[in-house]
Amino acid sequence: MASNSCGGGSDRQMAAQHRLSVIAGHLQRPSGSNTAVLAVDCKGQGSKPFVSSEKRTVPRRRQEIMKWNGWGYSDSKFVYNKKGQAEFTGKRYKLSGMIIPGLKDWMENTFGATLQHKAAATPALNSSAVPPPTLNEAFVEELKSTGVPFSADAEDRVFRAHGHCLHEIFALREGKIGRVPDMVVWPNCHSDVVKIVELACKHNVCLIPYGGGTSVSSALECPPEETRSIISLDTSQMNRILWIDEKNLTAHIEAGIIGQDLENLLNESGYCTGHEPDSMEFSSLGGWVATRASGMKKNIYGNIEDLVIRIKMVTPQGVIEKSCQGPRMSTGPDIHHFIMGSEGTLGVITEVTMKIRPVPEYQKYGSVVFPNFEQGVACLREVARQRCAPASIRLMDNEQFKFGHALKPQVSSIFTSFLDGLKKFYITKFKGFDPNRLCVATLLFEGNREKVLQHEKQVYDIAAKFGGLAAGEDNGQRGYMLTFVIAYLRDLGMDYFVIGESFETSVPWDRVLDICRNVKARIIHECKDKGVQFPPLSTCRVTQTYDAGACVYFYFAFNYRGLSDPVHVYEQVEHAAREEILANGGSLSHHHGVGKLRKEWMRETVSSVGMGMLQSVKDYVDPNNIFGSRNLL
Amino acid sequence: MTNMHRDFTKVGLNDDEEELLDILEERRRSSDLSFAFRTFSPQPYKAAPPCSTVELNRVVSESQFLRYVTKEVAVEKQLSVEEVQQEARGILGEMSQNLQLGFIRLMAYIFNKVFKRLYSAIFVNMEGLNRLHHATQENPVILMPNHRSYMDFLVISYILFIHDIPIPVIAAGIPLAGMKIVGEILRRSGAFFIRRAIGSDKLYWAVLSEYVRTLVRKGFAPLEFFVEGFRSRTLKSLSPKLGMMHMVLEPFFKGEVFDITLLPISISYDRVLEESLLAHELLGVPKPKESTMGLLKASRVLSEKYGSMHVNFGRPLSVRQLCEGRINRYQYNLTPRDLPEKSTAEAQACASWLAHLVVRKQEEGSQISPWSLMCGLLLQVPTRVLTEEGLPWHQLTEKTLWLRKLALDFGARLNWPDGVPDSDVMSSSAELHRSIVQRKAGCVFLVQEDEPSRKYPGSPEEGMMRTAAAALMLASYRNQCLHVFVRPALVATAIHITKCTQRDELFAFFSFLQDVFSHEFIFIPGESLQDFEEACSLLKKCGAVHISQQEVTVAQGGMEVLSFLQELLKPFIDSYQKKPQQKLFLLLNSNLFISQHFKKHNFNLSFFLYSLFVSNKTHITKKSTTQFQTDVLGMKKKRMLGCAKRKCNTIYPIP
Repeated sequence: MASNSCGGGSDRQMAAQHRLSVIAGHLQRPSGSNTAVLAVDCKGQGSKPFVSSEKRTVPRRRQEIMKWNGWGYSDSKFVYNKKGQAEFTGKRYKLSGMIIPGLKDWMENTFGATLQHKAAATPALNSSAVPPPTLNEAFVEELKSTGVPFSADAEDRVFRAHGHCLHEIFALREGKIGRVPDMVVWPNCHSDVVKIVELACKHNVCLIPYGGGTSVSSALECPPEETRSIISLDTSQMNRILWIDEKNLTAHIEAGIIGQDLENLLNESGYCTGHEPDSMEFSSLGGWVATRASGMKKNIYGNIEDLVIRIKMVTPQGVIEKSCQGPRMSTGPDIHHFIMGSEGTLGVITEVTMKIRPVPEYQKYGSVVFPNFEQGVACLREVARQRCAPASIRLMDNEQFKFGHALKPQVSSIFTSFLDGLKKFYITKFKGFDPNRLCVATLLFEGNREKVLQHEKQVYDIAAKFGGLAAGEDNGQRGYMLTFVIAYLRDLGMDYFVIGESFETSVPWDRVLDICRNVKARIIHECKDKGVQFPPLSTCRVTQTYDAGACVYFYFAFNYRGLSDPVHVYEQVEHAAREEILANGGSLSHHHGVGKLRKEWMRETVSSVGMGMLQSVKDYVDPNNIFGSRNLL
Repeated sequence: MTNMHRDFTKVGLNDDEEELLDILEERRRSSDLSFAFRTFSPQPYKAAPPCSTVELNRVVSESQFLRYVTKEVAVEKQLSVEEVQQEARGILGEMSQNLQLGFIRLMAYIFNKVFKRLYSAIFVNMEGLNRLHHATQENPVILMPNHRSYMDFLVISYILFIHDIPIPVIAAGIPLAGMKIVGEILRRSGAFFIRRAIGSDKLYWAVLSEYVRTLVRKGFAPLEFFVEGFRSRTLKSLSPKLGMMHMVLEPFFKGEVFDITLLPISISYDRVLEESLLAHELLGVPKPKESTMGLLKASRVLSEKYGSMHVNFGRPLSVRQLCEGRINRYQYNLTPRDLPEKSTAEAQACASWLAHLVVRKQEEGSQISPWSLMCGLLLQVPTRVLTEEGLPWHQLTEKTLWLRKLALDFGARLNWPDGVPDSDVMSSSAELHRSIVQRKAGCVFLVQEDEPSRKYPGSPEEGMMRTAAAALMLASYRNQCLHVFVRPALVATAIHITKCTQRDELFAFFSFLQDVFSHEFIFIPGESLQDFEEACSLLKKCGAVHISQQEVTVAQGGMEVLSFLQELLKPFIDSYQKKPQQKLFLLLNSNLFISQHFKKHNFNLSFFLYSLFVSNKTHITKKSTTQFQTDVLGMKKKRMLGCAKRKCNTIYPIP
């Protein structure tokens, strides 16, 4: 959902500043909480970790820095200031502290959402609303003896009871709390996990692994029918890089580390993984593996399945891992592929060996304006055909282009605004682009300077064949910024009766245009059908290119004033949109995963035999359904 | 789901009273020239900008689909790919339209002149036009008018031109393209031309279907085609042709467009321009070849009056909505969508269902004239009365008013002017059709054709021959209102024949009859039960029957309605029964019988046709009967007829 805040060299400073603030946060943290048992040294760890584990973003008590009923950091959010202008608070992001003058009008014009109609959220978590924990005393007793920290505190439990699906956040804002885990445990290392899983099997309690909590597939939701004690296994304290192998360019990393920490730590040694999912600020390595994540720069670095060399996972049957680090093996079906995408149903991923790359010497953003979406898609297709896609290439449709425009921060100089006006004039009047049809592709090039410039020229030449005009670095960078602020924007929307979400698919090239048009239209029709009073925002972008197809992202939001059950309406529309995606040859998911949200379509997606195969693996690995999240199958 | 369109219908009937506007009235007040030069500014289609003819043809000829087919054909015919491509381009050239606004203006100018002379009014439902106006901006629109007259061909374009709605591209028969000058004018007015007998010409099918699909995908102009395939010579709806329908729907099935809007249009004429031509065609006079000279010669028809024309734009039908649950779009996901493949049974069934639905909508939207009701009654009078004694006018008036009430009860749209005495309405109808009937001394007579110079006393057959055309025209005009009565009439027939009151049994016979007459009348496939229920409730509404859980019983005094309905259907029933001479009636009114067949068999037929038509009493020589059987029943449909007959006789022996 949200992307990294530290892209190019210009962001370095900010990243450093950010780290400082995190450290400061750590220092102020009260040492241990009332119910939590202090961590003991992880015996299994043997040697000292390769990189110091002191600078980590996510503390055990997430509530110290994060919102309990919204996205991201507590200090960062969109608000309307006294003048009625939108502003982004905090200091963490490039946009922080800036005024966004166009946002208010955009919200009004797009959704009919005005300042007068405010839908306030429940201000604080009411602990008494949280159902008391059902504890398995025997399990708790034995757990105490292992020294692994745990907690049954209401806040801790509520934080781990949800991902970021709309219905989850909406319920929290209303102060509604459903089934939540009965306990949270924080293992410190692989052997802690082994102990916990052993105990869980022994006492028949249900385990739900928790990484970064950014799931958008209802994967973290506790099954309401679960009668056993549910333990949320929070991996966030398993966050060390255990070693870096500079000869083979691999690193061995604990799976609880979150994306930004991993990148920052590797950067210190001059390396990166290059894996940058939009949620990388908060999502964890283990979560990426468990959901088959995809990174923005997969064109250079690959998706998670291309990056992983070895995985260690603790299951009720024991630990599963490969015996060597060979780059490819012909040893039957790859057992990694049972693990990747298992969504916490088979075990806990504890350690991962993955590829690393030297930090690129040069990075450059770019953008291209096309007269219409059709031309844009044709260009992306050609780029894919010639296999010359830059690190990232994304095509936003017209609505999203306008959205991106609305997020332009206030410009200080008259000269800049004059220049903007000139650009607009050139594109719409001189070049004859229809402002209601044109769309923009954002680009990110990486590598050595000379090659980047050469590559850039190649891509712009192709774009020109499809009527594309280079539109500058700024537009490109802003496009990528949009991906991480969008989740914060949703919170602002919800303050003013607007709810929305994004969902994705992958689809063969020849169907990209059809699926975009049909799904967007379906959303609009369904909204009308379901009684939504205002026209919805229904927009898409093509975010990844492959040889045989592309990944398409849809954003969908509407003003729910006048609806008695907005979440239900929302869910009906999303359901219809997914049906439309499938009917148009799209996949069930490109990288969000299935969770419980999309389970109903699994059988037709992988066939009955396929379901049987997956089920038999589950039956062997976890016969007592200890990992009882009930995702996927 | 099945009932959705029906519910729609009901709604349609309730707010049926849409305001009709005579579009000629304003034309009469303004100059034709300035009208032709009016600013034409239609709202564009939202999804895509317009596309030029050249661009359209380029897209078609470069399509992946055509590339596949070209290769296949090249291998089959052992030609080079270039040669086949050349041929494909030739086909496309012959086919493609070249819509130009200038020619639309020319056409509008000419039509203005012609229409003002021919018709007293052209009534259009403005609501319908408004709906169309919105629909053209949202989705590709398919205009689907019924086809009764050559006039249908451009009248829609004319109306859309007046109301700033994008001019349609129209599917036309290739003979029109052969007319000097006129062919080119039509082409530039948006017509594209389709060969009549395509048969198994793979390349032609490919070019045509890709052309049609591209038009739908592009969606910038409505596509107009006659789903009945050709003009109905009997003025009764024809069973829809499915090839074109399927081509049109495919882009939706394959997800290439979000939705398609089907717009049924009902064009109703008080008096059809070609009425006598049609009658003579039915009697075996070959259809004149469409030619410019012919058109000029036919200009004498301009001197006559043809009453008014009604153009009713139906409610837009969303293909997406209607197809829900009928088509599984996933089936197209696993192969390239432009691979030339046979359409699935499911897709064909869906196309057929939709096509029938549209024709039903056309029927429902058509305006029934008083004249049509009168014809229905006149045909139930023995022919001898009409030719010799004459039918008292007051008797006809009385019956017609009775029938009017019944028609209204059955939900028909009647073109019966308000505020005019009923007798005047009827007299003017009769006056308009003075080529068919005449009033003498308070009685109605059938018009007889001029007698050939009579040197010797003619045979009785010859005498009959002289009223043949008029009688056939009566039957044709009666056909205009048949769709209103056919379902209740089937129930009436079922009650009469089975002598039974059990609902189940009546329904069984009802659906059997529907099956037998499936080529005769339009029944939406798979909706027998709804049809039956609807028919029963209509009969109940007019007080003809009582309905209970299990039974349908004839009400006191319900016989009048029932026997009228039965009588209405009798000729059709008879014709499907054993007696060969009665089959001819079927042929005269039947959709099975189309002019092509007549061309081959015409000479010996005319006489028999008429003599058999006139009455059952007519004596027929043995020779002629055999002749007829070999001539007519040798046709393709013979098997079907025989089959229906057998079914009829074995399952339900008819006394």
